[in-house]
Amino acid sequence: MTPKRKKRLLLVLLIIAAVAGAATLMMKALNENINLFYSPTEVAAGKAPLGHTFRLGGLVAEGSLNRDAGDGLTVHFDVTDEAETVTIAYTGILPDLFREGQGIVALGKLGSNGIFVADEVLAKHDENYMPPEVAEALEEGHKQSIEKMKGATQ
Amino acid sequence: MIPELGNFALMIALSIAIVQGVIPIIGAQRGISNWMALARPAAQGQFFFLLLAIILLGVSFVQDDFSVRYIASNSNSQLPMIYKVSAIWGGHEGSLLLWTFMLSMWGAGVTWFSKSLPSILTSRAIAVMGLVGIGFLLFLLLTSNPFDRLIPAAVDGRDLNPLLQDPGLIIHPPLLYMGYVGFVVPFAFVIAALIDGHLDATWARWSRPWTAVAWVFLTLGIGIGSWWAYYELGWGGWWFWDPVENASFMPWLMGTALLHSLAVTEKRGAFKVWTVLLAIFTFSLSLLGTFLVRSGVLVSVHAFAADPSRGIFILMFLGIVIGGSLALYAWRAPMIRGGGKFDSFSRETLLLVNNVLLVVATLTVLIGTLYPLILDALEMGKISVGPPYFDAVFVPIMLPMSFLIGLSAVIRWKADKPKRVFNEQKITLLAAMVIGFSLPFLIFNETSIQLSLSSAVAVWIILTMLQDFWNRSSSNKGGFINGVRSISRSHLAMLVAHTGLGIFIIGVGFTTAFSVEKDVRMEPGSRVEAGGYTFHLDGMAERQGPNYTTIEGLVYVYNADNEQVAVLYPEKRFYTVQSMPMTEASIDEGLFRDLYVAMGEPIKNSNAWAMRVYYKPFIQWIWMGLLIMSLGGVLAATDPRYRKIVRRARASQQP
Repeated sequence: MTPKRKKRLLLVLLIIAAVAGAATLMMKALNENINLFYSPTEVAAGKAPLGHTFRLGGLVAEGSLNRDAGDGLTVHFDVTDEAETVTIAYTGILPDLFREGQGIVALGKLGSNGIFVADEVLAKHDENYMPPEVAEALEEGHKQSIEKMKGATQ
Repeated sequence: MIPELGNFALMIALSIAIVQGVIPIIGAQRGISNWMALARPAAQGQFFFLLLAIILLGVSFVQDDFSVRYIASNSNSQLPMIYKVSAIWGGHEGSLLLWTFMLSMWGAGVTWFSKSLPSILTSRAIAVMGLVGIGFLLFLLLTSNPFDRLIPAAVDGRDLNPLLQDPGLIIHPPLLYMGYVGFVVPFAFVIAALIDGHLDATWARWSRPWTAVAWVFLTLGIGIGSWWAYYELGWGGWWFWDPVENASFMPWLMGTALLHSLAVTEKRGAFKVWTVLLAIFTFSLSLLGTFLVRSGVLVSVHAFAADPSRGIFILMFLGIVIGGSLALYAWRAPMIRGGGKFDSFSRETLLLVNNVLLVVATLTVLIGTLYPLILDALEMGKISVGPPYFDAVFVPIMLPMSFLIGLSAVIRWKADKPKRVFNEQKITLLAAMVIGFSLPFLIFNETSIQLSLSSAVAVWIILTMLQDFWNRSSSNKGGFINGVRSISRSHLAMLVAHTGLGIFIIGVGFTTAFSVEKDVRMEPGSRVEAGGYTFHLDGMAERQGPNYTTIEGLVYVYNADNEQVAVLYPEKRFYTVQSMPMTEASIDEGLFRDLYVAMGEPIKNSNAWAMRVYYKPFIQWIWMGLLIMSLGGVLAATDPRYRKIVRRARASQQP
């Protein structure tokens, strides 16, 4: 090999190394930062991991929003898929469109007491918007409650 | 009547686009000059009719014609006039019309400024733009016509989304779209050259200013979008790695790579094949970005299934454009001969490495954006990829790249010696390390490894650019002013743009590390401390706006010496038509810090509010950096060299 070709080869190898490095970095970061979505039914069934960040979504149950006394910044509310209900605790300011009866998605961790501690609560800036995951979870939850009812009547 | 005229204008524009897209290509293939000559008037005609269409839509908005579905869902008789006009691009259909209009505007621009180029090349390129235009006009007319009537007509409109009722959102979409669409010019010329089978320096030289202009628009568009998010969304962030943002960031990254690669192709004749590929990718990502945002696929993959006409059209169009141009590339690329040779330590190599890093960075963003969509479409679970992914991947790629940028001013074309560069730069490198590492300590008394690194890299970029500027302007015997003038415009453009990047990095680093964000309960009379400032809520009052009611707070801010430095008026608005609350943050901007207050929500059974009180150091540097980068782009696009080329070419055409 001529010295020039050697240099070229070195350059190509460097580029390959850089790309490979980036790919490794990417896979690692992707694995660590993917947030799975769970519905209240799945959480109630114990399918959701404890102490690991995930997303939980559903409708905010009517009349469930409670502000703690004290600093007045911690809120508790329930989300439901009409089959099961999970209580969410959140400290901070809720988004403009957060309302009871509205579909929301919360990002956070499930505590051992069964309360989901959210770091972030999302409600989209559109009155009619229903987060797609929530819509699907609601459909599932709805089916299940019908099943249950059928079971009870039989 | 007016909407029908608009509809008619769109149909005429489509017919012209078909002529523009088909006949000149055949003409160029068969050497029929009359057919080729159709390209220019057709492109100008298409521009005229689309201009007419957009004006007619504007007139209908101003006249409150709620028998038009699009206007009924995006306007209201109470909406202020300026927002009635900007509501033209407030929704899906209008944005696409704006996109298509801008496409025709770039097409007309090409006809006016390309007289010096061979007519085969230009007629083919204009035809390619016509073909893209056909795709968009069909999409408009078949699936998203803004002139569709609503029967029976609405009594009043549903109002423009309050989030879009903001000065930032009047100019953000047009700028962004000008950028997106602008990349059609290098794309069209690449396709034309591929059909032709050879690419020369004229092509690269001619594509450069156009690419630079598109890049400037995109940079400003993204910058204004991020600025809008900062003050309008009310949580003080400036970038969220949201898929909508990523959609505009990907073509920006790729376009930046293209801009640099074009420089090498023009100056040294190298990287031709690579430049061609980048031009194709940049425009493809622009298309992908438009459709990601506009198709509703981000809201839900299954929205596609609900309204398959749009989704399938989009996928087909993307498939034809990207697949077609890549197939052409695969077929023709071997014919393009590589150009100038260069050593493994040279400016070419430096640019190549930076190009690779930019492309890799784009890929990481692309994967992070599309991965959740693909998994969802394959029914493999619902996931989201959060900002930590992008931060974790992006920063390690950008840091070495930024370090290499510091070498861009001094390293020579073709071949250079590492020793020479090191000797010239060692003092600057040392200074950058000392200043960069100590800067966070000096200002904020603390630092972290990542912050020190990015601060050092930023200082390194700025110092090397200043050093080069000084060296070049003081070495001239005719004095300093003449020395400054002797620096070529394109070199000056590089110095300015890179300095802007350095300032941007400082802004990002310091804001991220030292922002103080407090969500607190405040009632009239309460005081809160953040970042050395005291925020005093004096009281709140209700007011009536044109199409909203509002509660306005009055907040005095005092510095550490108890002097009043700012008065802020945060608002909580309630838009009556859409019954939608909106947070209007109030910000006192400064060169070294922003003071930011937003009203959260009232706390029941008290007169207290939950409020956001933020101290944001150096955040304005982010947008300052982007502005300076854009200025660099403007300098690059207005290089008098390009005008000289045009003049020379014209002179040589004279008999």
